[in-house]
Amino acid sequence: MKMWPPIASTIFALLVWQLIVTSTGVQPFLLPGPSVVAEAWWQHRVLIAENAVITLQEIVLGMIIGTALGIVTALQLATSKTMRTLVQPILVFTQSLPVFALAPILTLWLGFGLWSKVAMAVLIIYFPVTSAFFDGLIRTPPGYLDLAKTMQAKPMRILWQIRVPAALPSLGAGVRLAAVYATIGAVIGEWVGASKGLGALMIMSNGRAKTDLMFAALLTLGVMSVVFYLLVAKLTRVLGDRET
Amino acid sequence: MTLAPGITLQGQASIEGRQLFAPLTLSLDAGRWTCLLGGSGVGKTTVLRLMADLSTGADFDGEITATDGELVADRIAYMAQDDLLMPWASVAKNITLGARLRGQDWDETRLEQLLQRCGLLAHRHKKPGELSGGQRQRVALARTLMEDKPIILLDEPFSALDAQTRAAMQDLAVELLSGRTVMVVTHDPGEAARLGHAIHVMTPAGLTAVTPPTAEVPRAVEALDTLMCQSELLKRLMGQAA
Repeated sequence: MKMWPPIASTIFALLVWQLIVTSTGVQPFLLPGPSVVAEAWWQHRVLIAENAVITLQEIVLGMIIGTALGIVTALQLATSKTMRTLVQPILVFTQSLPVFALAPILTLWLGFGLWSKVAMAVLIIYFPVTSAFFDGLIRTPPGYLDLAKTMQAKPMRILWQIRVPAALPSLGAGVRLAAVYATIGAVIGEWVGASKGLGALMIMSNGRAKTDLMFAALLTLGVMSVVFYLLVAKLTRVLGDRET
Repeated sequence: MTLAPGITLQGQASIEGRQLFAPLTLSLDAGRWTCLLGGSGVGKTTVLRLMADLSTGADFDGEITATDGELVADRIAYMAQDDLLMPWASVAKNITLGARLRGQDWDETRLEQLLQRCGLLAHRHKKPGELSGGQRQRVALARTLMEDKPIILLDEPFSALDAQTRAAMQDLAVELLSGRTVMVVTHDPGEAARLGHAIHVMTPAGLTAVTPPTAEVPRAVEALDTLMCQSELLKRLMGQAA
């Protein structure tokens, strides 16, 4: 990937931001300029880093657990008609609920610590992973299945040798989507009730009119989630190319 | 490989009450090449899929029997127009797919021989995406042969290839599949004229046997007999009985 387009667009965005602040003379507690935010970031770098580590833990744990659950569910759905009949409607129904609305109850159940945020991230990414992988598993090119049938293949071997590898690109797409959602889930969990994490830091600094710190935390979160997404995207492509 | 049997399909097929093909009898001679030639939609692929016991979406009223009285469907190897290679697996793994799907070991010596005879030794570790269309079809042929079945069903196996690659593949297939009972479904009169020990033209009206040239298969593309047969077949396809 070329490095200069993102750098150029970042500089451009910062310029526009500074221009708005200077030309409107808006109060710093409403919208601080980039230089003020950079100063706040440097001043609070240790605080921001500590909270970023917490949020990152929530995201990574949420990703691992959510992806694992999604993969297992998709395999179950793809191989068992009973599972499809029983579970698929529930999945669709739960997906039509706003998962964010569950955040307070998760905090009540799991406390203010790490796990209520992990659970939030898991809930948010579980469906896209399950749905993408399941879709891939039931859309095996019919020609492959014909060929396997003429070879008197065993169903479980068709699953592992053909259906799963053929569905890996779909799973990869689901996991990449989940990498974006996981951040959202963790931060929403933190907004609802937490003492640590970038989301908690943002709520706290907002409440104390420390808008510069709020923006510093927000930008850190943004950079972190982009880097996380790029890493996950790289990982899914490397695994997808591997010979099975 | 066990001794190749002859096969007879007798019956008719319909889709939701609409007739797909009228009552017909198609016999494949043991150890010979039979070409089933027809245009799109006449049900020739259905005939092949019935023999392979694959889903057809049609109701078949009839029976498929082998001259030795044994089952047909578990003694076939199948090759389609689409090479059906698994893009994630190497050439060698694609060729040994059948054994891997059954959980059996495969014969390494046989794999080596087939790689060599199909001109794939240099490509054994490559993925299908790195190969040309002709090379991919050679892998599919090697995979079909690796199954070592007495009956081979080919569904327009070479129609996606360019003319010279197709002719080379036909030669290779005839050489490597000798002694087996082979059925080729094709829409190409030239292919039928080159390959068929017996040629049947399938039209909505039914099945017509056409006497092939006397030369041994694969017949020379430029031989007068082959060309005459080809034009005769084309005329029949177009509904003008010669």
